[in-house]
Amino acid sequence: MLNKVSSLAVQFSAAIALTITCASSVSAKVIHSERSLYRNIIVEDKKDIRCLKFTVKRNTSNQSCMSKSNPQKLIFSYTKLLFAGLLAQPEPERVLIIGLGGGTISNTLHQLFPDITIDNVEIDPAVVKVAKEYFAYLENDKIQTIARDGRIFVKRALVKKQQYDWIILDAFNGDYIPEHLMTREFLQEVKALLSEQGIVLANTFSISRLYDYESATYHDVFGDFYNVSNENGGNRIILAGKNGRPARATMTTRASQLKAMLTPFGVDLEHVNRQISERKDWPENTRILTDQYSPANLLK
Amino acid sequence: MPASAINLLVYLLAFTSGFSIMGIELLAGRILAPYFGSSVHIWGSIITVFMLSLSIGYLLGGKYSTHNASLTRYGTIFIIAGITVTPVALFAEPIMEFIFTAIEDSRYGSLLASMALFFIPTIILGMISPYSVRLLVTSKEESGQVAGKLYFVSTLGSALGTIMTSFYFVLWFEVNAIILSYCTILVVLGLCAIFLTKPLNQLERAHA
Repeated sequence: MLNKVSSLAVQFSAAIALTITCASSVSAKVIHSERSLYRNIIVEDKKDIRCLKFTVKRNTSNQSCMSKSNPQKLIFSYTKLLFAGLLAQPEPERVLIIGLGGGTISNTLHQLFPDITIDNVEIDPAVVKVAKEYFAYLENDKIQTIARDGRIFVKRALVKKQQYDWIILDAFNGDYIPEHLMTREFLQEVKALLSEQGIVLANTFSISRLYDYESATYHDVFGDFYNVSNENGGNRIILAGKNGRPARATMTTRASQLKAMLTPFGVDLEHVNRQISERKDWPENTRILTDQYSPANLLK
Repeated sequence: MPASAINLLVYLLAFTSGFSIMGIELLAGRILAPYFGSSVHIWGSIITVFMLSLSIGYLLGGKYSTHNASLTRYGTIFIIAGITVTPVALFAEPIMEFIFTAIEDSRYGSLLASMALFFIPTIILGMISPYSVRLLVTSKEESGQVAGKLYFVSTLGSALGTIMTSFYFVLWFEVNAIILSYCTILVVLGLCAIFLTKPLNQLERAHA
């Protein structure tokens, strides 16, 4: 009797499992998942596109995607927008990236400029492992990965008097914001780490209340900056310079000069150039985020 | 002031100490983050130091309550607690700067910084619970019940201190403003324990 019941249960659960597999194979296939100290990490294949996700249920959690047949081609529009940096600082030699994701940005920059040094800082060692195994993230004598909190890395780098031409801040995902990476004090440290012609490129939120707070805080530290955002408004890149922002005309000239270089990566630099705005689109009296006041997760 | 009112005051003070302990512990994460990050081990450092300090505080508070227990001494514990918390707001920056420079590993850096900032004030705050039990218990039979009630009140204070600080206070105020408010409240309540009850003590002496 007991056997009968259990075999029935097995059949039943097998049927359920089959249904689930069928339903999901139509859309996407999870090829790796693990629980790290900080989050659930999922690698998912959907036809030719492989994505790194940090939670299962929400669609907004895609961290990084690549085309398996053509790994060079950038999938995310925000990663494409980051190349607006080339219009402001076309000759980066030392690049710091905070927030690794799949390592796409690092790989692309290395292909563009094989001689530059790239420091990738990622708090979660599990993300580094997944980036190497599933996203062909490349490390060599020019590209190193530091598994550390971004704020600590920046503070230590300041002590060692390091300098960077590009600093890319990409440590935010939709679900949780590291609040200490969004304050005036942190941005002042980042600014001090920039070389004279250095720029910061920050991937930020554009569809929440936080937009205004971030804008006001960046403006307080860097002065006038550029916003780079795509038409649908999902992401906004803040492009700011150590010594002010470069002239728009210069950037437009560079866009046509450098356009060919980025075509293999699926980036139309002239299109990116058209996405740049210098409009101040936040209320004048917006409160600035500081180490003393930074409830970013409550404001979003 | 009648005895029931004094009991009420002791419960109120125990509630407030529970409230401030967890409020301060929660802000500790925010205070340490700029120097030691927000990795999991930061909370490991903070919780370790708070638990260690509380355990020592319970021991010392119990011991201290065996000699001439009085509301005056009880109030003094609150005043000292309030005073020892103030460096968290006033000197955290230079202290953390120093530790950050001296220690490369952020695990031990955060542990040492937690010790430097929170060890002593949390010991003092930990003394309050056993001392409260001493002031409230009048007979052996009710001692367990009184201790239970006291834990209930102070732990309920901790729960509220946690939720109010993390949900609302950080949204309304700066970290240092919240810390200094806790200091002020502790000192004021300590003064209440000492001076509001003075008339009663004198009255009792007059009767005796």
